[in-house]
Amino acid sequence: MKRLTRDQMAARVARDIPEGAYVNLGIGLPTMVANHLPRDRDIFLQSENGLLGMGPAPPPGQEDPDLINAGKQPVTLLTGGAYFHHGDSFAMMRGGHLDICVLGAFQVSVTGDLANWHTGEPDAIPAVGGAMDLAIGAKRVCVMMEHQTRSGESKIVARCTYPLTGIACVHRIYTDLAVLDVTRKGLMVVEIVDGLTFDELREISGAPLHSAAATVTA
Amino acid sequence: MIDKTVASVEAAVADVFDGATVMIGGFGTAGMPSELIDALIARGARELTIVNNNAGNGDTGLAALLNARRVRKIFCSFPRQADSHVFDALYRAGEIELELVPQGNLAVRIQAAGAGLGAVFTPTGYGTLLAEGKETRTIDGRNYVLEYPISADFALIKAERGDRWGNLVYRKTARNFGPIMAAAARCTIAQVREIVPLGALDPEVIVTPGIFVKHVVQVATPLHAAA
Repeated sequence: MKRLTRDQMAARVARDIPEGAYVNLGIGLPTMVANHLPRDRDIFLQSENGLLGMGPAPPPGQEDPDLINAGKQPVTLLTGGAYFHHGDSFAMMRGGHLDICVLGAFQVSVTGDLANWHTGEPDAIPAVGGAMDLAIGAKRVCVMMEHQTRSGESKIVARCTYPLTGIACVHRIYTDLAVLDVTRKGLMVVEIVDGLTFDELREISGAPLHSAAATVTA
Repeated sequence: MIDKTVASVEAAVADVFDGATVMIGGFGTAGMPSELIDALIARGARELTIVNNNAGNGDTGLAALLNARRVRKIFCSFPRQADSHVFDALYRAGEIELELVPQGNLAVRIQAAGAGLGAVFTPTGYGTLLAEGKETRTIDGRNYVLEYPISADFALIKAERGDRWGNLVYRKTARNFGPIMAAAARCTIAQVREIVPLGALDPEVIVTPGIFVKHVVQVATPLHAAA
């Protein structure tokens, strides 16, 4: 079995983002999707700290401390981009104006519950940022995560054990092993990586999976 | 003649009192009014309640205010960051109270205060730990949580240019919470890189109209400024 690298996962997510989409990429792994969006497609990246039309990182030496993304890294603004305040930025989310958001996750349940902000451990300092707004606000919520934790536990679960970010909000899950859709009938496997069978995937997943004539992805 | 400009950051924050609620603009260090915060530290007001998206970065600005033990409670959405060591230590020692608010709820609660609303029903956070114990309602099949406004005695914000009537324009993503905090505080104090004559700001692009601003003070070369 060949697990997808983080870059391959990012490229796979990028493939599904159509021209004209307004998209928010969450902090961490989802940020990498930006590097794989085809240049010939007009895609509008939103960053919740207040910009639309976010461009790539500036060349070294040209960073502007007033121009950063939600992860507080220096970025650029594309021609045609715009700045706005936090009220407008979160109206874009809550108001259903964003087509797609891509979020990282600790766990996703069979019903599309998302847990991605807090481990719930007593000594953990909680931080939520815009995760809960994105989870309930974007028209289509995608999760991008490793299929299993480092210790081999499935991050796809029957019921989230970590504190929830949003209820029944996830539409599609991209992992290093598969692409799965959250449907009324349960989790539908759309793609599996090369060299892994549906039964093997089901074995290592913590929730029942269904096959949607799963095809192999590169 | 109305002139809201003041000569120094010290004079600008001279009325901040012990126990005040103070909104501080900025997302990380972008838009953080570091010089006003330094003046607030020098002013010595204690037992403050602070509203900011984060809980300080490194050792300057908001982090320095926390480190000076002037803050009793902080409202924020994302306290934990790679460089939030000052807050982390205070929090672990039980020396600061945290009200964690999802970022969009923080924004809309500030907006509600500025707009004179009694509360808002927001879908964000429904069914999560951060909505526990709060009133909920289902409207047109969607679930909402009742959230109350966050108002403040003072707002300290950073803008790019201002005039003597208090009109402000911002710079890039340093705008973030500035405009909504300006409307939500009883006394808004803006530090600007440049004070310009009345009429120099295009009325079509003024972001914060002067009605929301009490004092404007020039800080020509602020910390974290573009080269």
